[in-house]
Amino acid sequence: MSIAEQPTNKTDNPLKIVEDATCTFCGCVCDDINLTVEGNQITKAQNACVLGKAWFFNHHIEERPEALIDGQPATYEQAIDRAAQILLESQYAITYGLSDTTCEAQRVAVAITDWIGGCLDTTTSVCHGPSGMAFQGVGEVTCSLGELKNRADYLIYWGGNPAESHPRHFTKYSLMPKGEFVPNGRKDRTAVLIDVRKTKTAKAVDIHLQLKPRSDFELAWALRALAKGLELDDSVEEKTGIPLAQLKEVMEGMKKAKFGAILFGMGVTMTRGKHLNSEAVLALARDMNKHTRWVAKPMRGHGNVTGADNVVSWSTGYPFGIHLGRGYPRFNPGEFTSSDVLGRGEADAALIVASDPYSNFSQPARDHLKAINTIVLDPKLSETAKIAKVAFTTSTYGINEPGTVYRMDDIPIPLRPAFDSPYRSDYDILKAIENKIRKHQLEAVNAGLKAGEFRIVSGCSSAW
Amino acid sequence: MTDIFILIPGRTSKQGTTLNEGKYTEGYQTEINTLKMNPDDMERLDIAEGEEVRMWNEHGSVVVPCCTGKNELPPGLLFISYGDKSSQLMPGETHGTGMPDSKGLDVQIEKIAT
Ligand code: SF4
Repeated sequence: MSIAEQPTNKTDNPLKIVEDATCTFCGCVCDDINLTVEGNQITKAQNACVLGKAWFFNHHIEERPEALIDGQPATYEQAIDRAAQILLESQYAITYGLSDTTCEAQRVAVAITDWIGGCLDTTTSVCHGPSGMAFQGVGEVTCSLGELKNRADYLIYWGGNPAESHPRHFTKYSLMPKGEFVPNGRKDRTAVLIDVRKTKTAKAVDIHLQLKPRSDFELAWALRALAKGLELDDSVEEKTGIPLAQLKEVMEGMKKAKFGAILFGMGVTMTRGKHLNSEAVLALARDMNKHTRWVAKPMRGHGNVTGADNVVSWSTGYPFGIHLGRGYPRFNPGEFTSSDVLGRGEADAALIVASDPYSNFSQPARDHLKAINTIVLDPKLSETAKIAKVAFTTSTYGINEPGTVYRMDDIPIPLRPAFDSPYRSDYDILKAIENKIRKHQLEAVNAGLKAGEFRIVSGCSSAW
Repeated sequence: MTDIFILIPGRTSKQGTTLNEGKYTEGYQTEINTLKMNPDDMERLDIAEGEEVRMWNEHGSVVVPCCTGKNELPPGLLFISYGDKSSQLMPGETHGTGMPDSKGLDVQIEKIAT
């Protein structure tokens, strides 16, 4: 990596080249992007895909107040005070988002939630949360994207459209690249798409199993049966829309493969059945190892959603949907996940980091979010920022801020920022909020000790 | 009695690129607010390209322009990019998973009478 500044004729706009910068727009986290930066503007993003280019070119500095309190411009200091006050006064706060920020900031958000005894959830709960539950049920036979590149000769894309959502997955990691054991690249690989739609991905693969909607579980179960050599009847075709003969053919190919991979998306996790669908797909990959090497990997969306899973897991033991109010973590998807906590009208405050739930949660959840004290950190204006009591404008990770993100295969990757932002990072703001909260809590403890009473000031007890 | 369609909200690359330009740009708003439908279904329901339809289920009701989803969609299936409109039709119930039914939603469609 190198960051070189070159003089140009525009002296106030020095030209800077950032080599091997990291794109954090999708879970591929490509770290081979060469950026040309002119002042506060990225003008070239060599190697980036169309999404990556849009990411790098559109994060220029916008003229917005550094913070808003009740919709009115405020300073960072005022907003940090107000945010800390809201969180300390809350009886049941929820922290949500976290998938588009650095692991360093995620750690602080976890700490804040722990200090105030709140609920901790990330966007994982509404993307691959069901897969997270399935991992606990059946385990995960996994590998790195590097192994896919060098070994995978049979690929099944299931319930996803990487051609549009993860464009470089094909070219950099899975379908196209030449690898050590697949020296001819695409020619050495067989690719299957399992999807209800004939998407752009369908054009890139050899076989498209266009199944009927809401039959992913049945299809995975049928394939498991075929893997075990069991006989199936025509009800499989009736349910899934895929002729049995074609399924058998695919299974033959799967057994003959040297290294197979199922790469599954949210078509699996978001459809009725959810974690059971993920379990079926993971179990199929596991079963296939009786014949040859197979893995299954979720295709992760946001740039650092995998980091969020890692940070939250290593901090609490669970990946999402956690309640810390009793002083120890309790995991219960459906109870402590944001859609549910908000949808049931339970939380009284929300700390939203780099996410826009007001745009994409169900109506009951949105209504509640609007009614409570919401704090949001986001580089861009969003619907959630509009309804928030306290809204911080932040710098953008990867473009303005260094730090660590995890690629979708759990590989940590450093960020190489392009230019400075006048706005503060998520990490800085969260750390300042945490410090305020701690100071207040410790003062309350000391005051209690002085007065001769012993009081544990954690959880949601102390008044501001 | 109108037909029941299955709605698949999802991501598109246009949604991704316009998202970076800003959620309040025309490009993003058009992308997340346009419903895609099988051409035969459109013909059967007498919906012209770009014509507005009402789409509803027990959770909400939205009005969106409709266009053919090229050959992507089999009859009976609808597609819309994730966003405000798709969320309005999403249930709050997550069946103990934290994940609302976000794809494969049963919806009904009708032409807006002019
Ligand atoms: S594939 Fe994803 S990470 Fe790679 S350049 Fe494109 S948007 Fe960025």
